[in-house]
Amino acid sequence: MEPNKISIVVVSGAFERLQMAAMVASVGAVSGNEVRVFLSMNAMPFFLRGDQKLPPAEGPFGTLMSGKNVPAFRSLFENAVELGDAKVYPCSMAMDVMGIEREALEPYLSEPMGLTKFLHDVRNSQVWSF
Amino acid sequence: MSERKVIDARGSFCPGPLMELIGWMKMAAVGDELELLSTDKGSASDVPEWVNKVGHQFIGTREEAGVWHITVKKAK
Repeated sequence: MEPNKISIVVVSGAFERLQMAAMVASVGAVSGNEVRVFLSMNAMPFFLRGDQKLPPAEGPFGTLMSGKNVPAFRSLFENAVELGDAKVYPCSMAMDVMGIEREALEPYLSEPMGLTKFLHDVRNSQVWSF
Repeated sequence: MSERKVIDARGSFCPGPLMELIGWMKMAAVGDELELLSTDKGSASDVPEWVNKVGHQFIGTREEAGVWHITVKKAK
């Protein structure tokens, strides 16, 4: 049976949105779906190699989560890649704007990608955005 | 002979317990039983869903003093 394709575009740097994107990616990937994530804009700074800075909460739920043992969004993206079929692509435009190379990013990320290819890849896919 | 491994994910929230179970499942041998301990109610329904979706065997769930004990068997 052909797997479902789930594509996730993440541009937010807010805790709740990064967390939700990570949850969709990880649960989606371990459930047999083909998950492709595109990171850009305010999400990018949170995927620098070794950087554990916490994204700000944008509402009361973020504050609530901070006091609880919820899995770290970075771990969930890593779980998605390691335990299922997920790939996390950093946006090449955002990397250019930030002036960074692939080595500056987390090792579980795939190669940089541009929108032309991503839009082609998601043409028959369920698309989520955060 | 199969072994039963207990995975203690108490105190962790969704989808932490599921991810921990999956990590251990990958390392287990076919026929091994794993018992996941979780205080997260959502996981009590998530895990059987996942087990059925990917084709492992759901053995059972019981709840004791706020802790769910969810037993699954690696089927493939």
